[in-house]
Formats: sequence, structure tokens, C-alpha cells
Amino acid sequence: MAHVDYVLHLADCAIVLGQRNAEWCGHGPILEEDIAMANNSLDLIGQARMLYQYAATLKNDGATEDSLAYFRDAQDFKNYTLLELPHHGALVGYAVDNRDYAVTIVRNFLYSAFMALVWEKLQASQDEHIAAIAAKSLKEVRYHLRHSHDWLVRFGDGTEESHARAQAALNHLMPYTQEFWTTSAFESAAAKSGVGVDPSQLKADWESMVQHTLQEATLTLPSSDGFVTTGKQGAHSEHLSFLLGEMQSLARAHPEGVW
Amino acid sequence: MITQDVWHALDGLTDPEIPVVTLREMGIIREVEHVADNAVVVVITPTYSGCPAMEQIHDDICSTVQALGLEVQVRTQLAPAWTTDWMTEAAKDKLKAYGIAPPNRKCGAASEQTSVIHFMRKPLQAEAAVECPRCGSTHTFESSHFGSTACKALYKCLDCQEPFDYFKPY
Repeated sequence: MAHVDYVLHLADCAIVLGQRNAEWCGHGPILEEDIAMANNSLDLIGQARMLYQYAATLKNDGATEDSLAYFRDAQDFKNYTLLELPHHGALVGYAVDNRDYAVTIVRNFLYSAFMALVWEKLQASQDEHIAAIAAKSLKEVRYHLRHSHDWLVRFGDGTEESHARAQAALNHLMPYTQEFWTTSAFESAAAKSGVGVDPSQLKADWESMVQHTLQEATLTLPSSDGFVTTGKQGAHSEHLSFLLGEMQSLARAHPEGVW
Repeated sequence: MITQDVWHALDGLTDPEIPVVTLREMGIIREVEHVADNAVVVVITPTYSGCPAMEQIHDDICSTVQALGLEVQVRTQLAPAWTTDWMTEAAKDKLKAYGIAPPNRKCGAASEQTSVIHFMRKPLQAEAAVECPRCGSTHTFESSHFGSTACKALYKCLDCQEPFDYFKPY
């Protein structure tokens, strides 16, 4: 069970951020970034599909990639809370026209840096299927890291306005990264069996990457203290249900529909 | 004999997104296995995880092999992961003639790559210059990390002013 949960956790993270970033499709701040986010989402949703297909095989109870993505509810999703947050800072209403690209870039940077380390380790997973998906996903996440890193440096070391917004996004999102380092029961079990990785062991490398980039971007590392979120345990912010509502509505309105 | 015929037929299939190179030249079709009298398995390795062309490629292979009067099953194999290192020299020349700059370096196996920590510390200019497919100048710059498909970035030549796609090393 821990094995399936671990694969679902990786899949849920990929699909939730993929869905979130896809919101920029047709609304990007500039044409190139509109295309960049669509491509970023395509990679993430592609990774999610491979993982859901594999989870369905492991479950062996009639589940399919579609049933896992579209017919589970918010409390069943095991993604980090960080990934479901809207593209704007704290204390702003859920307004789609209020998206801030600095939030998008900071989140992609913090998460891509983390996943680059996770996929790197998972290439040596005892589960050869996870290892194969990791080898593929690593290539993609490294490119996402390069993209978000370049923009973060540009924002931080840019104008007064872009610097202030990048710093505000960082201050807002950094506390959510604490969840990376809390090890859930399914992660411990997966790490123990050699299938997964214990994320807490990646913390020092992640911090050194983040500090290095923030220095380059002339940004200040904020405190990450505060409430530790519990998305991967299934207890989410209010934002996930809205995200899933949009993502799942078509599949639920036409169950088993094909074309 | 049958595998040869199948390979011959499959050589006619081109990449749905880049119609000048064949699926074999791209390194997408890995193997043809003759599993029974009139049945073959074609092994493919997907390119990018979310590449929307994969479904089309799957369908194209099925209909091409079925036209030979054979039963076919397409098996997707993830490992080793597809890499642009598998692209043949002929494919790279065709890409260039088509206006797409081919990957300018080898990626190597993932295990040979530097760990992500070192990867981050490399200076940003470390990428080798990309050659303009139109005039051959290396006086080019990356105008966008992402281009018309997941596998490409957008470049511009500063000499002939041509904007062009660059097939990213993957």
C-alpha cells in the first residue's frame, strides 16, 4: 500500500502543478512565457500519466490513469500544499485576473530544485519502473529548473518592482517548503524498501542550491518558519478543491466518455 | 525476413511534428520482434513525457504494419530513456536543411551527467553556441527557452536575422 501511495504522491504532485501552470495558457505575461508554461505543464502531465498508469497496474483493482486523476477527491490527493496554491500572494482573494508571475516562477524554482534532487536519487530506485520514469523526468525537470532559475535571477536583479515582487513571492512561499522535509509514513516505508527516497536527506543540497541562486538574484532568504502544511497526508488548503473542480468537471460530466 | 520487411515499411514513417525525419532516424522505433508467424511487436521509446505526437506515432505504426497483412502490437519501453544522442547524423542534416538547428552536443547517459548541484553552479553561458541553420553563423541567441514543441527552443540569428527553432539536447 505504501508503494502505491508513494507512486500516487509523485503523480499527484505532477498533475496538480501541471494543472496550475496550465492556467497561464492564453494568459501568459508575454507570448514566450505563455508557451513556456504550456510546455512545462505538458511535461508534468506527461510524467503524471506515466505514474498514474503505473499506480493503476500496482493497484490491480480496475483503476486506470483516468480514474486516478479524475475520480478521486481532494482528501485522496497526496501532493504538497505548495503546488495547489493560486498564482498570487497571501491575503489576496481567489481572483484569476490577479495572477502574479513572480509567484509562478518562485514556486517552479523551489519545486524544480527539489525534484531535480528527488528524480536524481530515484534513478537508482529498486523499483525499475520508478527508476525509468525518474531518468526521463530528470531531463525535463532540469530544464524547468534552468528556466525558473533564469527568470528568478532576472526578476530579483531586475527593476525595483520585479525585485519587490520576487521577494514577496519568496516570503509567501518559503514556509510551504517545510513540507518537503517532513517524512510521511509512505515515504519512510518506500525509502526503507529502496523504492523511494527519504526527502529529509536532500535538504542540505536543496538549501545550497536555493541560497546560491538567491544570492545571484540579490534576494534575501526568508525564514521558512510557521505552520507546516500537510498536503501529502491528504489535508489540503481550500485551493485544491477548486483546482480539481475545474480539472475533473469534464470527466465527471461524461464518465467513461471517449473520443 | 519479416522483420526486414517491417523495418522497410516503417522507414516510410516520419515524425508527425517534423515530417522530414523518419521515426527510425529519430531513434523512436527501437526494435521489431517477430513473435509469431504473422505477428510482430514494435518497440518504441517515447520522447518527451507529454509529447502529444506519441499517440499519432502509435497509430501510424499499427496501420503501416497491418497493411503488410501482419498483426502488430506496439510496446512502449521507457528505459533507457530516449535521448537526442540516438538521432542519426542523417536526421541532423535533414533537420538543418528543414530550418531546425540540430542538438549541438551529446547528453550522455544520465549516470554520467554532473549532479544537479554542479549543474546549477555552471555559469549560464556554458552552453555551446548554436549554429544558425540558414547562414551558419554562431552569432545567435536564445530568445525563448521553449519553442513550438516541447523538444525545441526558440533562437534568433544576429547576422541574418532569421528566427529559428533549436532541437534541445535531451
